[in-house]
Amino acid sequence: MSMLLEVSGVSVTFDGFRAINNLSFQIGDAEMRAIIGPNGAGKTTFMDIVTGKTQPDEGHVLWGPKSVSLLKMSESQIAREGVGRKFQRPTVFEDQSVFDNLLMALKNPRGAFGVLFYRLGDKDRERVRLLAEEIGLQDELSRKSGELSHGQKQWLEIGMLLAQDPKLLLIDEPAAGMSPAEREHTTEILRRAAKTRAVVVVEHDMEFVRRLDCRVTVLHEGAVLAEGSLDHVTSNQDVIDVYLGR
Amino acid sequence: MRPFIIRHPSVGVFLALLALFTIFVTVMSEAYGLGFVSTSFVKTLGKTLCLGLVAISMDLVWGYCGILSLGHFAFFGLGGYMIGMWLMYARTKLIVVASLANAELPATEQEVVDAIGNQIFGVVGSSDFPLIWIFADSFVLQMALVVLVPGLLALIFGWLAFRSRVTGVYLSILTQAMTLALSVYLFQNDSGLRGNNGLSGLQNLPGADAIAQSHISIWFFWASAAMLGLCYMAAAWIVSGKFGSVIRAIRDDETRVRFLGYSVEGYKLFIFVVTAIIAGIAGALYYPQAGIINPAEIAPIASIYLAVWVAIGGRGRLYGAVIGAAFVSIVSTYFTGGQAPDINLGFYTIQWVDWWLVALGLAFVLVTLFAPKGIGGLIDLFEGRRSPDRHGADLGPDAGSLREAEAEK
Repeated sequence: MSMLLEVSGVSVTFDGFRAINNLSFQIGDAEMRAIIGPNGAGKTTFMDIVTGKTQPDEGHVLWGPKSVSLLKMSESQIAREGVGRKFQRPTVFEDQSVFDNLLMALKNPRGAFGVLFYRLGDKDRERVRLLAEEIGLQDELSRKSGELSHGQKQWLEIGMLLAQDPKLLLIDEPAAGMSPAEREHTTEILRRAAKTRAVVVVEHDMEFVRRLDCRVTVLHEGAVLAEGSLDHVTSNQDVIDVYLGR
Repeated sequence: MRPFIIRHPSVGVFLALLALFTIFVTVMSEAYGLGFVSTSFVKTLGKTLCLGLVAISMDLVWGYCGILSLGHFAFFGLGGYMIGMWLMYARTKLIVVASLANAELPATEQEVVDAIGNQIFGVVGSSDFPLIWIFADSFVLQMALVVLVPGLLALIFGWLAFRSRVTGVYLSILTQAMTLALSVYLFQNDSGLRGNNGLSGLQNLPGADAIAQSHISIWFFWASAAMLGLCYMAAAWIVSGKFGSVIRAIRDDETRVRFLGYSVEGYKLFIFVVTAIIAGIAGALYYPQAGIINPAEIAPIASIYLAVWVAIGGRGRLYGAVIGAAFVSIVSTYFTGGQAPDINLGFYTIQWVDWWLVALGLAFVLVTLFAPKGIGGLIDLFEGRRSPDRHGADLGPDAGSLREAEAEK
């Protein structure tokens, strides 16, 4: 099976603190993966490296069938390559309507001139409507996104990610602050997304990870501690010692 | 889709008011009407329209894109210098040619150029034309420079600054340094633009000595009004579509915009250059009405004023910027012109000439703290449009869409 993303031998040091230590990680084309680990295990730093926010001191990050290196690209280039990222706190553009938020994220030419002369057609209007339906916000399209509830903002951000049509979705704690019903819906959205693309979910909540029903990678002190099904890793003695046992 | 004007009624209202104002001033002017408005006041009004235009450019770059540039008055001044060079050269040339016509031998080309140089640069003890005057003889080329010089300076400066991801207050300081450097450079006598004398006599159009200033002033007033209307429409078009959506998103959270795949630097550079060009055009219309331009006009304080106008008028809405520029500059003229009556407190007399800056500064602070929407916000009040007043962080799912501060009530 060809790999979509291959991270090998990556290390990052912040002021002497080794946030990532010789980390290697791979994910295939249409795969769901959960990353768990205690605080400071390097989960967010890992996402920062893949999305170009942080440059590693050493190692490789290779992307796609042509194995191009992501390390030389800027954040926006990486995003255009097909890596979408959702932050822990929902970051939507609160001053703008749900429709405008989704339209901005919709996969279309991203250059300044292309956007300046962009005309909204029926096709894109329909695409936005379908996305809104998928995330359950079809009745909120004209509202300012700042007025949405916390859970709705989380969905809007997931919707913006889907609108980008990325090949790889990196999602940081999607279920944080959601009610049980909202979690159910979020799981549904993510599992549907994982049918056509790779999805990496960073999550603290074991119950949520169990519901995702996918391979799990356990990070500890910036390196992979264990990998496999949730039952496999939770029975691993090392994992119990550093994470679950506490 | 419905037409642009209907989707954005404020554009139509603005253009209609601008047209009415232009007609009113024309009817009241000395040249074409009843003569109630003096020529010098027509010039003041025309200059005010130009200030409104540069305020639009400031609003685009600051109010919409979040770049607090303290350099847009430098671009304004550069536009003025570029048109001033042609005006001065062409007019001096006519005078020189007329005076040499009486000589026994017809003057050679070189003699004419030398005589012009003597006239223009005698004041700084020189007579040679510096290289930057190379196009001054050509109206078309010099007009192109009105656009090109501010545009290129903005392009180079913006490329260097945005590429290094300089943002926020650091970028403001950098733009201010650029402005200060430019003005200090122009103050030098050997800068090639007559040092602190600046360029003068710009109110006289070459070959138009027979036409009274009352007519010329109203022509420039019309040109300023037309350019303001045109640029207002262009700016409204830029910010209304998806492009406006993206630059407002950059203002609010540029990191997030990067992860959406937009090249934030490219967008910032685009808006910086476009607004520098608008500022240059505004300056090119302003200084022929002012009659003189000198390096003091470019000093950083002018660009800070520009930010104050836009803040008081209302950031992030185009008409707010125009209202702010017009209102504050006219009130400033009133208070600093010595017309405002002093206030006698018994133990101290407030003289507005000295205290106006303090009052303006206080107004700026108060507006920023208590009425961030500025004067333009009054129109929301009038329309009954209210934006949600939200404080505190998200509460999460249980308290629904309320936030901390709201839920406590």
